Amino acid sequence: MNLFYLISAVCFILGLKRLSHPKTARSGNFLAALGMLIAIAATLASSDVLDLQLIAIGIGTGAVIGLLFATRVQMTEMPQMVAIFNGLGGSASALVASSEFFKIDDLSFIICLSVFIGTLTFSGSFIAFGKLQGIVSGRAVTFKGQQALNALIFAAIVVLISVNNLEVISAYNIFYLVVLLAFLLGIGLTIPIGGADMPVVISLLNSYSGIAAAATGFLIDNQALIISGSLVGASGLILTNIMCKGMNRSLANVIFGAVGAETSGGSSDGKEMNIKSYSTTEAAMILDAAEKVIIVPGYGLAVAQAQHVAREVADNLEAKGKKVLYAIHPVAGRMPGHMNVLLAEANVSYDLLKDLDEINPEFEDCDVALILGANDVVNPAARHDQSSPIYGMPILDVDKSRTVIINKRSMNPGFAGVQNELFGYDNSIMVFGDAKDMLNDLLKEIKEL
Amino acid sequence: MDVNLITIFILAIFVGNEVINKVPPTLHTPLMSGSNAISGIAIVGALLAISTDGQISTYLGLAALICATINVVGGFLVTDRMLKMFKKK
Repeated sequence: MNLFYLISAVCFILGLKRLSHPKTARSGNFLAALGMLIAIAATLASSDVLDLQLIAIGIGTGAVIGLLFATRVQMTEMPQMVAIFNGLGGSASALVASSEFFKIDDLSFIICLSVFIGTLTFSGSFIAFGKLQGIVSGRAVTFKGQQALNALIFAAIVVLISVNNLEVISAYNIFYLVVLLAFLLGIGLTIPIGGADMPVVISLLNSYSGIAAAATGFLIDNQALIISGSLVGASGLILTNIMCKGMNRSLANVIFGAVGAETSGGSSDGKEMNIKSYSTTEAAMILDAAEKVIIVPGYGLAVAQAQHVAREVADNLEAKGKKVLYAIHPVAGRMPGHMNVLLAEANVSYDLLKDLDEINPEFEDCDVALILGANDVVNPAARHDQSSPIYGMPILDVDKSRTVIINKRSMNPGFAGVQNELFGYDNSIMVFGDAKDMLNDLLKEIKEL
Repeated sequence: MDVNLITIFILAIFVGNEVINKVPPTLHTPLMSGSNAISGIAIVGALLAISTDGQISTYLGLAALICATINVVGGFLVTDRMLKMFKKK
């Protein structure tokens, strides 16, 4: 039995290892799925009290729902889907721990811990989902005393878990209180986080779902859960860390900083900017004269579902002998790697997708940087303006290109509430409009030239 | 808590750290959905929980089984769907 769990753990590790290259990644995912199958089969084979009818109902229902999710979801909606899955993973762990509690009728520390982390992951993930889907306000929702309230809830949970063997309050009441408070804490910690900080939150919740599984593994004495849970926990933490670095902010600042709240007035006072608004015809002519073009996609591209037409524009430029690359900022989009998946969906070759360190030297001899729905990640103020909220954030050095063409819907400031000084630069031109419409027009113009 | 289990836990974190640090940013979304599917390993706990005596425990186990199966099936399938799209021309 343990031998089979070991084999499945090895499959998970080798599977994750194969994710280090796009060529081997698909086989890696297959290997991990095989590992899961081995773990399930070994569990079914080992126990003789299994209620096969209920198991068939459970697996059947789950498999159909999972299949529908996986085949229907659009690539632009990937962050929402991962948020839901994080939540389900957390709730599965919490439910297993709850089942164990009702079975042994005794509330241990580890049961409380599993239920706590699992429930928090569940409610936090569904708030994150709501924000991404637009059901809950995508802005940071804050109120006075919010953090004090969260701290109070957390303290209450700690007290409840540690007094669990006192007789003043029954084990059942402690259990229900822990569930309720963990649920509230998940909401309280996620609701003040704004849309552009979502990559951090999703990564963090991903990590929690792994830790919840590991905690449940300790509870039911199961190595498979502990190993897999800690792999996922580590993965989520690494991604969280990368996302924080991408914004030059600490995790504490993301969670408690509430950047992007309704109140943050634009700090773009003083300097008047000279904005040059161009038509797509003029933009097409500039692109036609260029030799090297770097496309910089942002969340706006995803919202407009403009990845396919962006690739068509790039194809046409390449056909005219131009070099086209894509610059992907680590926090572009709403989850780690969001832009890469969208562009892969649009059939962009993955070797053209360059990350921050690879692409920044390329802007020096770049003729045109084409910014599609990105804003804060290309704001040069991050390099020199110490008063800017995004100061110190690593950015794409698009301003070093000969010409910067920026597509935006309007002059609204970016998520951080700051006006982008790039728009007023001498080598910047703006082309206003929805990314998809603008790129369609641009495509027509380029073909006609 | 068993010291052996804690040992496994700590070592697995180190392994995870080594392996996942090598995943390129291009594949971060599939990494996330794939590791999500792996966290569906709670399905093992759900299978064991479903066969307990108490009625409440059994139904909680069933609920866990449904959640974990969605996670496993949906997670691996959607990861495959994404990874299929990553091509080099």
